[in-house]
Amino acid sequence: MTKITGTLTVKSTVLLIGALLLFAPFLFQDVRAIEVAARICIFIVLVASYDLLLGYTGIVSFAHTMFFGFGAYGAAIALKQMGPGWDAVALGTLAGLLISIIMAVLIGLLSLRVKAIFFAMITLAAASVMMVLASQLSGLTGGEDGITYRAPDLFKPATKLLTDDGGKVMRIAGVKLNGKLAAYYFVFITSLLLFIGLMRVVASPLGTVLEAIRENEIRAEAVGYRVVAYRTFVFCLAAVVASLAGSIYAIWLKYTGPDTALSFAIMIDILLMVVIGGMGTMWGAVIGATLLVLAQYYLRDLMGAAAEATAQIPLLPELLNPDRWLFWLGIIFILLVYFFPAGIAGTLMKKGAAK
Amino acid sequence: MENLTKITEKLGGVMLLPLALAAVAFLLIGAPSSWLTLTVAGLSMGMMIFLMASGLSLVFGLMDVLNFGHSAFVSFGAFVAASVLAALSGWLGAPSILLNAAALALAIMAAIGFGLFAGYFFERVIIKPVYKDHLRQILITMGALIVAEQMILAIWGGAPITVPRPAFLEGTLLVGDASIDIYRVFAFFVGAVTYGLLYLLLNRSRIGLLIRAGVENREMVEALGFRIDRLFIGVFMLGSALAAMGGAMWAGYETLISPALGGEMMIIVFIVVIIGGLGSIRGTLLGAIMVGLVGNYVGFLAPKMALASNMILMMAILMWRPSGLAPAVK
Repeated sequence: MTKITGTLTVKSTVLLIGALLLFAPFLFQDVRAIEVAARICIFIVLVASYDLLLGYTGIVSFAHTMFFGFGAYGAAIALKQMGPGWDAVALGTLAGLLISIIMAVLIGLLSLRVKAIFFAMITLAAASVMMVLASQLSGLTGGEDGITYRAPDLFKPATKLLTDDGGKVMRIAGVKLNGKLAAYYFVFITSLLLFIGLMRVVASPLGTVLEAIRENEIRAEAVGYRVVAYRTFVFCLAAVVASLAGSIYAIWLKYTGPDTALSFAIMIDILLMVVIGGMGTMWGAVIGATLLVLAQYYLRDLMGAAAEATAQIPLLPELLNPDRWLFWLGIIFILLVYFFPAGIAGTLMKKGAAK
Repeated sequence: MENLTKITEKLGGVMLLPLALAAVAFLLIGAPSSWLTLTVAGLSMGMMIFLMASGLSLVFGLMDVLNFGHSAFVSFGAFVAASVLAALSGWLGAPSILLNAAALALAIMAAIGFGLFAGYFFERVIIKPVYKDHLRQILITMGALIVAEQMILAIWGGAPITVPRPAFLEGTLLVGDASIDIYRVFAFFVGAVTYGLLYLLLNRSRIGLLIRAGVENREMVEALGFRIDRLFIGVFMLGSALAAMGGAMWAGYETLISPALGGEMMIIVFIVVIIGGLGSIRGTLLGAIMVGLVGNYVGFLAPKMALASNMILMMAILMWRPSGLAPAVK
């Protein structure tokens, strides 16, 4: 019975988050809240796909933002060069996808047979080379400044989805049915589909094999599963999902630069989200991503206030500076890995199971 | 063919690679003076990278612990040394070489001291609870790296700071047509001396014998009654101190350091350790020199390729020798 309550808490939290995201444009009617909601949607997908690697298969990769970046830059460059249109979106997304798959296969075959630590180092090196490359090829990628472009016409704020009798934008509960709303629901629905796809994968026999590889690689091999093939496949799958998430984010943001799509800070964010939410459960990804994105946007305000309050004490205001929020997250991260390696979702679910 | 293999083995095997590389580069570059400048630059860069990477390699070899936070020691070393040098700027400007050298020595000693202390703390608090658990090790040390980077930002701020150099290391030497930075020669010698000392420590002392035995077979050394965990703290502290020293040398070399330094060096250090083979000091030296030379040669011959060159070098070597050039015996 208690087992059910633990799991139930987690699942109902996830359901609540899903409902809030579904009605976000109607519930929170300011621009910043919608930005936050869209970012949460995309990061849930990104974190869930990373959890497929880290939590389910036990692969530590630091190249996940690289694939995210491929997708984002693919869509961004196509939209910039070809002008706003669905053909550009499709072409850019596909191009990003293709590069992601090629890179994932290359890295996977070259290094997934070696130790976990080697793999982590190689992905880190590959990702950093890509980051430098993106800032160097400024003709194509806009360098450090990134690229701004226009999204397809449907997503323009001026687009009217439905008009009332007077020819003005129709409102439902005070919310304008304009292109911004369409863009949000585009993000929401594609993210939801990707997330459901990932849930399907981990529930399938494939997901069980992946967990077997995580638990005991040699035994999995002995039972007859080709570990390297499975690892490479799941690495590619995660890369594909990350790349798609990148494309969606690029379309939503109408801007792509190293800071939004490629920087190492995003990789650290993803890592924090997976570990805080809980490795090895898709629910954890939802909780972790939501918590961390909210913290990113709102914790800083809080810290700014705290820094002002402690202005007299040496060093403390420096550490409480809103820019130092990663410092505290890092400490929380370390403590979590020590004491609650299963993360929020995992700990809750296990707590129920143990009783 | 077989004879050739034997001869190269006798001459040093893979250790000849830098020589071969330098020879090829000589043909490609053509001008002896620029070749000399680049070679010296590559060697000195390699030596500094060696200082940073050696600790990481040793720690991994001995205890199977990979410290993703290793680069934090490098950046802390650089910033501590920069602060000491800035505080002693009066000594640096003084005309006496003795005073100059004293300031530099103090700065490097401060970095080393910091490395020893921080290494002890880091090992006890961060690493000890997660021995033998690679996944959590990677995660925890990564978390520690985040915290350390934020601490640097909080203490020294985000803006780059200039590092004053002692006057006697400023300027260049002229060898024929080639001009060589004096600091580079100095860095090379510091690295070479450190390598020599490390070599003696590892190969000629009793502690070194235990360390090498521990790398090869830890359980056996433990079974013989040696406290290898104590040895490990020592090695970890030594590795951190070397990294901090490398950072201090690097700060003087770059003369302008920013908090991003650690992240940049981390990638290079990882590539070096992978190329050289984890756990071996000889391999790390070889990897570091290769990376330094390739970086400088490619930077001269094809500047656009310079960034990818290390990556390509690593891939090529991994395909040739999957466990690195000169891995420790395992």
